[in-house]
Parts: sequence; structure tokens; C-alpha cells
Amino acid sequence: MNRNTKRRGRQSYVLPSKPRVKSFAAIAGKKEGEGPFGADFDIVISDDTLGEKSWERAESRMLEDVIRLCLEKKDLLAEGVDAFLGGDLLNQIVSASFAARQLGMPFLGLYGACSTMAESLLIGSMLIDGGFAQNVVCATCSHFSTAERQYRFPLEMGSVRPPYAQWTVTGAGATALTAEQNHPIAIESLTLGAVVDYNQNDENNMGAAMAPAAADTLRRHLTEMNRSADYYDLIVTGDLGRVGQALFEELCADHKIELKGRYMDCGSEIFAPEQNLYAGGSGCGCSAVVLNGKLLKEMERGERRRMLFMATGALLSPTTTLQGESIPGIAHAVSLEVC
Amino acid sequence: MNGGNTSKHTSYDEKVKRLSPKSEKPMSLVKAFVVGGLICVLGQLIRDTGLAFGLDEEAAALLCTFLLIFLSALLTGLGVYDKLGRFAGAGSIVPITGFANSMVSPAMEFKREGYITGVGAKMFVIAGPVLVYGICSSILVGLIYFFLRIAFKG
Repeated sequence: MNRNTKRRGRQSYVLPSKPRVKSFAAIAGKKEGEGPFGADFDIVISDDTLGEKSWERAESRMLEDVIRLCLEKKDLLAEGVDAFLGGDLLNQIVSASFAARQLGMPFLGLYGACSTMAESLLIGSMLIDGGFAQNVVCATCSHFSTAERQYRFPLEMGSVRPPYAQWTVTGAGATALTAEQNHPIAIESLTLGAVVDYNQNDENNMGAAMAPAAADTLRRHLTEMNRSADYYDLIVTGDLGRVGQALFEELCADHKIELKGRYMDCGSEIFAPEQNLYAGGSGCGCSAVVLNGKLLKEMERGERRRMLFMATGALLSPTTTLQGESIPGIAHAVSLEVC
Repeated sequence: MNGGNTSKHTSYDEKVKRLSPKSEKPMSLVKAFVVGGLICVLGQLIRDTGLAFGLDEEAAALLCTFLLIFLSALLTGLGVYDKLGRFAGAGSIVPITGFANSMVSPAMEFKREGYITGVGAKMFVIAGPVLVYGICSSILVGLIYFFLRIAFKG
């Protein structure tokens, strides 16, 4: 028996059972709510502490809330979820595991930095396609205030950022996947990204560190699935920001991939330029809220039929930055289609 | 991969340099000059007021330092100083008010990790290096001065 019938090339996979998107939800912070997608989010929180005593607790609560909301929308019970796949940016991915403690679901903690939304969808859809699970929840979150204190400076410090820096999105997104076939949006194929490092050292310029990984994953996906970019209505990257987006577009042009008008980056679009948040949004929550707040809704309404979602991650830590290491990037691709 | 600066990486570095926006140098210099200057004018004002009220030079200088530190700590606590810093850059980092901000902001930030392991340990996380190298260089300069004086007397 050929055990690799679902594999295409080295890194891509087709899912013959086409796991479906059953439900999705997004919660976003105030600044994100004031951005162009503000009206798309299920909940915009006005108090980013959510009444909790620490930012970390607030972030975890946001993740727990978005998962509960995602399940409630389709009357799914926590007991009916076979696995919760998720992660976040905090050390030891505590936001996700603390949320899992409250939810009482079997839990697989993932760390892919800001690529976590795609990573969780990738593994979740494989679990369903492999017949191991009926329903899974894929979710991730980030919070500006927890990311700042872990990666950068205290909030009240009067420091200056370069104009190409990005702003961590406060938000959480959840997608429930199911083996049931009576839902319109399906996950059709996947490409597991490789770590790509073009020797970028500036931790403020994460778009530059991640763009090569995104271009590599896209090129592999299109080659291995034998497609051209115009197969998709929309190709989405996670949080390259305006600098990373420009770099990604150039790298794609170098690979002779024509994106023309069918490409967006969640980080570049989540904030309006007049919000003055440097090169745009970043963080696990960035692509999670745009996917679960806006893009899946557009697919559900039939406005888009085929979408390639590629969340991008910068795999650095504050320690490796201080030790002068370069920043490895990663991107995973999930192909969604309306059946 | 890390460290291997192949031609592929060099040409990518050129792309990054070309596509990353630069800081607006002249404008940020002006902002830093004006805000930094205003902070110094405020200091001078406090000092002169002190002198006018009959304080001696040393007491007036101390009053100026105390008041500037107090004001900076207060503005940090009120959430204003970070906004000033974003606008003024080095203009609000270099004066003593910036130093106070660099100690008060981590103290506020890490209060939730406890008064000893949080506030106490993290308070110097930004100001620490300034103190270490400031004190080291003052000792070094003091030693040079000391030996020069001996040499020139002898």
C-alpha cells in the first residue's frame, strides 16, 4: 500500500475528505476595532485588561472567550471537541495552555510564532482527514501589552521605534473544523513550510525576516500542486507588514509568480495608515482576526471561492536577538475553497 | 544558514535596505532639539527660582534635579511620558527626566511579579547599564585626574 497518496512533492498535501470550516470567531482590541476591519470582528474589546489583574491573564481570557464564542455560534459543546490546537507568543505558550485548562478539551500546544493560525489549521485538518477527530478547534491570540513587555520595553517607557517596526495586534481568532460535509468552506490542500533564514538581524524589521519564508512556501505550494497564482481569488500572508509585503512581492516577481491584484497581507491592512502604527500589525492574533473576522465571512457569502492562507512567523526569542543570531522565518499554507 | 552571507543574502539585504523606510532625520533632530531644550529651560527656571528665593548654588541645583525627576515620574505614571518620547526621541531620553522614566516605567510594568522579584529586580533593567558604565567611567576619569595632578605637581 502506498502510504503517501495524500502527499504532493516534498511539502504539500491534499485532503481528499475536505474537512470543513464549521464555525469561526474573532475578538479584537480597541485599535484594531478602529481599523478598516473594525466592523468585521465579533467583539471589539474596549478594556484591554478584560477586567483581569494582569495582561497575561487578559490575553488568555481573550483566547478562551473567542473559542467559546466560536463553539456557541454553531451550538457545539466543549465535550464535542476532540482537540484544541493552538498557541501564542508568550514564553511556554501560557495563554493557550491556561485557556485549555479552563476549556477542558484535549489540547495540543503549538509554537510557530505568528504562523500559529496556519499551523493549527494544518494539523487540525490533517487530524480530521486522517480520521482521528470529528471536530477540532484551531485558535491563537496575541496582546500588545504582553508582547511589548516580553520582547521590547515597558509600556510607559518613552522609546522610539524605527518606521519599519510593527505593532502587535491585540486579538484572538478561532476556527472550528469538522468532518461533517454540510458546511460550505473546505480545506483542500496544505503546504508545510520550511524554516528560511536570509540572515536578517534587525528584530524591528520582522517583515524582512519573514518575507523569504512566505515566498518559499508559496513557490513550493504552486509548484507541488501544479498551479499558478491565478488559481486563487486571494493569496493572503499573515503579518509581513508594509515592508515585508513589498519584499515578498519582489521575491515573487523574481520567482516569476504573478500576484497582481490577488494578494493581501493582514499586517499591512489591519490598521489604517493614518493610525500611525508604523509598518502595520504583527502577532499571532493579526492573521487570526483577519481570517476569522473578515476572510472566512467573505468566503461564506461566496465573494471568494479559493483562498490561500499563509500565516508567517519570525522564530526569534529575546535571548537569540541579544546573542546576535539572525531571525529564521516560517510560513505555512492552507488552501481553502467554497464547495 | 546563519552567518553564511552568500550572494543571495547580499542581494536580499539590498532589497531590504531599499524598501525599508528611513527615519525622518532632519525633523526628528528638530523635535529632539526643541523638546530637550524646553526640558533644560524648565530646569534652568527651577534653578533660578530657587536662587531668587535665597537658596545657595548647590541647593538650587539639587532642587532642580529633584523636581525634574518628580515631574518625569509623575508624567510616566499618568501615561504621558511615553507619548512625549515617541514624539521627541532623544530629546526626552537624554535629560535626567528620561533616566527617571527608564526606572519608573519598568517598576510599574513589573509590579505584578511582586515587589522583590518584580519591581526590585526589574527597576534597573534599562537604567542599570547607564549606572554601571557611568560609574565606571567616572572612576576612570577620577584616576586619570589623580595621576595627572601628581605628575604635574611633581
